[in-house]
Amino acid sequence: MAVPAVRRAPIRTGMKPPRLSFLRQTLTVAWKDLRSELRTKEAINASLSFAVVILLLFSAAFEPTEDQTREISGGLLWLVFAFAGALILNRSFARELANDCLDALIAAPMSGAALFLGKALANFVLLSAVEAVCLPVFGAFYNVHVTRQFWPLAGVIALGTWGLTVVGTVFSALTVNLRLRELMLPVLGYPILIPCLLAAMHLTAPLVMGDPLTAELAQWVRLLVAFDVIFSALALALIESVMVR
Amino acid sequence: MRNKTIAVLSWFTALLLAGNLAVILLVLPDEVQQGPIFRIIFFHVPAAWTAFLCFFGAMIASVLYLVRKNLRYDAFAAAATEVGLAFGAANLLTGMIWGHIIWGIWWTWDWRLTSMLVGLIIYAGYVMLRRAIEEATERARMSAVVSILAFADVPIIFFSIKWWRTQHPQPVIYGGGVMSPAYKFMLFFNWIPLLLLAVALLLIRMRQEQTGREIDALRREMHAF
Amino acid sequence: MKPVEIAGVWKFYGDFPALRDIGFDVEPGASMALLGRNGAGKTTLLRILAGLSRPGRGNIRICGADPRERSTRHSIGILGHGISLYEELSAVENLRLFARLYGLENPDRAASEWLERTGLEKVRDGLVREFSRGMRQRLAVARAFLHEPAVLLLDEPFTALDDRAIALLQSLLRDAIAEGRTIVLSTHQLREALELATHVALLVRGRLAYTGARTGEMLEDTGWLYRQYGEPQSAPA
Repeated sequence: MAVPAVRRAPIRTGMKPPRLSFLRQTLTVAWKDLRSELRTKEAINASLSFAVVILLLFSAAFEPTEDQTREISGGLLWLVFAFAGALILNRSFARELANDCLDALIAAPMSGAALFLGKALANFVLLSAVEAVCLPVFGAFYNVHVTRQFWPLAGVIALGTWGLTVVGTVFSALTVNLRLRELMLPVLGYPILIPCLLAAMHLTAPLVMGDPLTAELAQWVRLLVAFDVIFSALALALIESVMVR
Repeated sequence: MRNKTIAVLSWFTALLLAGNLAVILLVLPDEVQQGPIFRIIFFHVPAAWTAFLCFFGAMIASVLYLVRKNLRYDAFAAAATEVGLAFGAANLLTGMIWGHIIWGIWWTWDWRLTSMLVGLIIYAGYVMLRRAIEEATERARMSAVVSILAFADVPIIFFSIKWWRTQHPQPVIYGGGVMSPAYKFMLFFNWIPLLLLAVALLLIRMRQEQTGREIDALRREMHAF
Repeated sequence: MKPVEIAGVWKFYGDFPALRDIGFDVEPGASMALLGRNGAGKTTLLRILAGLSRPGRGNIRICGADPRERSTRHSIGILGHGISLYEELSAVENLRLFARLYGLENPDRAASEWLERTGLEKVRDGLVREFSRGMRQRLAVARAFLHEPAVLLLDEPFTALDDRAIALLQSLLRDAIAEGRTIVLSTHQLREALELATHVALLVRGRLAYTGARTGEMLEDTGWLYRQYGEPQSAPA
C-alpha cells in the first residue's frame, strides 16, 4: 500500500495574526481564576472559616476587652490574614493540576509574567475579600474603630496584602508539584514574609486604634513599599524558571 | 586530588585554630568592660560573617545555575547553604551562651541574633525543599529560585528587625565601645581558620551531592526499562 | 522551513540522559507517529517540542523558531495525557478562555465553531465536570485545534477512548492533514494512529532507533518495527 502523498496545501492557520496582548492575557487568567473560585467557593469558604476561628482563638489567648490587647490587636490581624491567606494562595496553582491544565497554560503563547500576574491579581482580589469580611468581625470582637483611619488603613492593608500575594503566588507555583505542598508553602513563605508582616503590623496597630500615622512610622511604609517592589520584580524575573522544566 | 586538598585544608585549619585558641585563652588579657566571656566574640562574630558569605555564595551559584544549567553550581549552592546554616547556628549558640552568662537570659531579642534566626529559618526551608524534590534538575531549579528570593530578603530582614528591636530598650550584647587593637586583630585573624573550615566542609558536601547524583542516574538507568 | 526540526537533542534528569542525541525533521503536511515503549522518552520529547521543557543540549525549531518564543507557540496545538480543561467551567467558557489566550480575534465565534465541529453544541453551557469521558475528550480536541495550529502535538491521544471519540479524532486529524497541518503523535503501536501516519519514528531508551516512511508492513503487523529495531525488553530486576 503506497504512502499517502503528502499534501502541500497552504495552511489555514488562524484567520488573522494573533492579538497577543499582555494585558488581555493577564486579565483572562485573572478572570478565569476568579470565576472558577466563585463557582466552587472552596478556598474562600475555608479561608473565611479559618479566619474567624483564629480570631476566636486569639480572644481566648489574649483577653479581648483589655486595653493592652486592643493595642496589639493590629498585629494579630495580620496573623489572621497570613494564615487564612495561605489557604487561598495554595489553591492558586494547585487548581491547575487537575487535568494537566498547567501544561496548557505554559504551552499557550503567554509569557510566564502574564500567567503570574493574572494569578496574583486574582489572589489579591480573593485575599482582599476575606480581609474585608474579617475587618468588621475583628472590629466587633476587639471593640476597635476600624473606620476612623479608614483610608490609611486600607492603603496599608493593600500594600501588605500585595506583599503576601506576590510571595505566596511565587511559592504556590514553586511547590505545586510537591507532595507536601500545603506544608511547604507556609514553611517557605512565612519566614520570607517576616519583614512585610512586621511593617504591616506596626502600621496597622495604631491605625486600628484610630490613631493617625506618625512620622516615625513612615519608615515602615517605605519598607513595605520596598518589599513589594523588590519581590514583584524578582517574582516576574524568576517565574519562567519555575514554570518551564 | 580533592581528598588531598580537603585533608591539607583540615590539618591547616586545625593547627591554626589550636594556635588561636591558645592565644585567645592564655595570652590575651581580659577586656576591661566585658569580662572574660567576651572572648567568645572571636567565634561569635566571624561565624556570622562566614554564614553570610556562604549564603551570598549560594545566591551567586543559584543565579549561575539558572543561566548555565550546570549542576555543579547547584551542588555548590546546596553545600554553601548547609555550611552557612551550620555557622549561623554556631553564631546563635555562642550568642545565647554569652547572653545567658552576662544577663542570665537565654534569648535577649538582640536584633542581630533575631535576624540570624530568621535567616536560619528561611534557609532551613531551603534544605527542606531540597529533600522534598527527588529529581535532580527540578530540585536544582526550584532551590535556585528560593536561594535568590531568600538572599534578596536578607537586607530587608536586617532593617526591619533592627527597627523593630530598637524601638524597645533591650539588653545589648555588645554595643559600641572601642576594641583593643589586639582584640580587633584576633577577631579578623580567627576568621581565617573558620573560613578554611567552611571551605573544607563545602568541598566535602559538594562531593556528596555529586556522588548522590551519579547514584541516582545509575538507578534510573537500571530501572528505566 | 520545515514545521519540525530537531537536531542533537539531549535531555537530562540530573545526570541521567532521558533523550540521547535525537535528530529528525518532519515535512510539512506529514503526520509522524512516535513509537516507543513506556519510558522510552516519547512524552519527554513531545513536551520539549511543545515548549513545556527545555532540552539540555541541541536545537528545536518549530516553523523555524524556538518553541519557547510566544509567536511560535501560537502555531502549536497540544493534546497531552490530561484533557487540560477546567472542570468548574462550561464547555464554551473553556474554549473562549483558550481562544483569548491564543489571541484569536473573535473568541466567541471560534468557540462556537469548534463546539459544532466536535458535536458539543448542545452542551455548550454544561460544566465539564458533568461530561462523560468521551465528551471531555472531544472538548479537549476542540481546545487543541481551536487556534488552527500549524503543528499538532498529541501524546497518546487514542488511549482509553470509546469508538465514537476515536472516529471523531481520526476524522479531525484527517481534516487537519488535508489542510496541510503537520502532526506528531506518540502512540503505543495502535492501529488507529498508524493508519493516519505518513512517517514513523521509534524511540528506544531515549535514542532514535529508526525514522522513515510508514510502510504497509508496519500497518499490518504493528509489532514489526519493534522487532526489527527495538531492543528486546530486558526483564526488570
